[in-house]
Amino acid sequence: MSNIAIADAFANGKAFIPFITCGDPDLETTAKLIPAMAEAGADLIEIGIPFSDPTAEGPVIQDGNLRALSAGCTTDKVFELVREVRKTVTIPLVFMTYANVVYSYGAERFLKTAAEAGIQGLILPDVPYEEKAEFDPLCKQYGIDLISMIAPTSHERIRMIASEASGFVYCVSSLGVTGVRSEITTDIGAMVELVKQSCDIPCAVGFGISTPEQAESMSRVSDGAIVGSAIVKIIAEYSRDCIPPVCDYVRSMKDGCRRADS
Amino acid sequence: MSNGRFGIHGGQYIPETLMNAVLELEQAYNKYKNDPEFLAELDDLMKNYVGRPSLLYYAEKMTNDLGGCKIYLKREDLNHTGSHKINNALGQCLLAKKMGKTRVIAETGAGQHGVATATAAALLGLECEVYMGRLDCERQALNVYRMKLLGTKVHPVDTGTKTLKDAVSETFREWVSRIEDTHYVLGSVMGPHPFPTIVRDFQAVISKEIKEQMLEREGRLPDAVLACVGGGSNAIGAFYNFIDEPSVKLIGCEAAGRGIDTFETAATLSTGRLGIFHGMKSYFCQDEYGQIAPVYSISAGLDYPGIGPEHAMLFDSGRAEYVAITDDEAVDAFEYLSRTEGIIPAIESAHAVAHAIKLAPTMNKDQIMVINISGRGDKDVAAMARYRGEDIHE
Repeated sequence: MSNIAIADAFANGKAFIPFITCGDPDLETTAKLIPAMAEAGADLIEIGIPFSDPTAEGPVIQDGNLRALSAGCTTDKVFELVREVRKTVTIPLVFMTYANVVYSYGAERFLKTAAEAGIQGLILPDVPYEEKAEFDPLCKQYGIDLISMIAPTSHERIRMIASEASGFVYCVSSLGVTGVRSEITTDIGAMVELVKQSCDIPCAVGFGISTPEQAESMSRVSDGAIVGSAIVKIIAEYSRDCIPPVCDYVRSMKDGCRRADS
Repeated sequence: MSNGRFGIHGGQYIPETLMNAVLELEQAYNKYKNDPEFLAELDDLMKNYVGRPSLLYYAEKMTNDLGGCKIYLKREDLNHTGSHKINNALGQCLLAKKMGKTRVIAETGAGQHGVATATAAALLGLECEVYMGRLDCERQALNVYRMKLLGTKVHPVDTGTKTLKDAVSETFREWVSRIEDTHYVLGSVMGPHPFPTIVRDFQAVISKEIKEQMLEREGRLPDAVLACVGGGSNAIGAFYNFIDEPSVKLIGCEAAGRGIDTFETAATLSTGRLGIFHGMKSYFCQDEYGQIAPVYSISAGLDYPGIGPEHAMLFDSGRAEYVAITDDEAVDAFEYLSRTEGIIPAIESAHAVAHAIKLAPTMNKDQIMVINISGRGDKDVAAMARYRGEDIHE
């Protein structure tokens, strides 16, 4: 069974991309959650490798990171889990973590192991364009897309970032850290437009999205929606029993994205 | 290699959302750092508000008592607000004002940088909010109230270890949420470029003065300069103008907490390894998977799991030497300097005094040592009393 390429995750209408922290509440739950979310309509899954000090996260995902670390999640256990879920899951899987987790493991050793386990992309929120030379050549060597992020403050930087982007572009919807927002005021359409002028690459919007309506409206101006905090909140509430409620949520969000196709 | 490197260290490992803010800051700094009007304004504040130059005091009793080299104390504790932190806080707040920012935010450990920023903000008419670990708010309650008096809002930080590291993370999170009107007055020579350079330049006045004062008093340079190191701002300030003077030994004193062979330590260069955190590549206390270690020191100002990138470079090249001082040694030195010279140093600065007590007797009578007394110890009195088992109801 071969894995679906990242680009093809966006070929089947607007994409829904859920994020979970690996090992939250424990590794067994994550191992069940990933195939279940794929089944429920996720087009690509972001797997967070927990970090002690996730400076780009709001309180919900910070707590998820802490729960995972307290439950004993390590980078090696995350790799093991990915190998396991790859036996059944074919949608693209990308890692989301912080520079030190990769650097400390040894960037080359990390990327080699990740690629062998079946990871296709890497998101490092504390590695901007200026620092990507630290990781990007190794990512390319092992066939992993280093996902570029653009923000509402990026302005003239968007072209520069987009021209070298690979996989998809992660459009940060709002200022601040991750977390649910009642309203997204940034002109996402204009940001996506700028990306598309320099590069024909899918653009997914994240930060602050929690309702199917937001997933729909963000998908109308982009290629898909990324949701983290809203899912981690469900996991925090239901713990090991989170699989049915998370899957219901993923289905409703994917429906929101689908409505943007029409 | 990217901007702002010190050897392999430094860089700009921050979210894309902040990139234009640090680029704008770099541009503004490059414009104002040589601007005669800006420099004159800052110079006037340093002279007439901070009280610079700070004294270089010959500690004769300590010299005689230890029976080795001649010991001088650089009295940054005599600055307005009681520490070296005001040098950088005023510089950055003035810069922020020139940039058209109306609000400043800052992290603080012991509260000295928070107080300095709150002071500069009050003087320059800027809104100010300070993030401080809940644990540090408790052990440095006096400084929390000083900030409130100065019109600053203090946010206790409840994440992680509830100390300086978490205060830095939280201030970055706040900055990323509100950039347009807000400047982050980073308090040490750390974080993403251009902060390590800006903070060092504003603190370099310490070594500039030591050099001038020493040449005037002794007609020669000192043989050793000692300073405590957390992030490393007072140390880089005391070292900077001596880096190209190979005869001057530069010694940074880290906080060993309960000892470098325990987990309750904050001695980064003794126990840490290379990593990327808080915007920079440098040395960090961390576990085998790169999880940042929960560090410990009696000194809230040194209780940080990393060290500024320029120190990391000086460590790599061997130009500076770094030693680790335990809580016990620092508390003994705190009491020693109080008794011997009538000077109560900050518990941070007492780490440098503690190493001086060991080092001075091994040096000759014709040699000279300078200890940077980075701050005064009033804020620590209650905690020191508790350490000795006395509750003085502050």
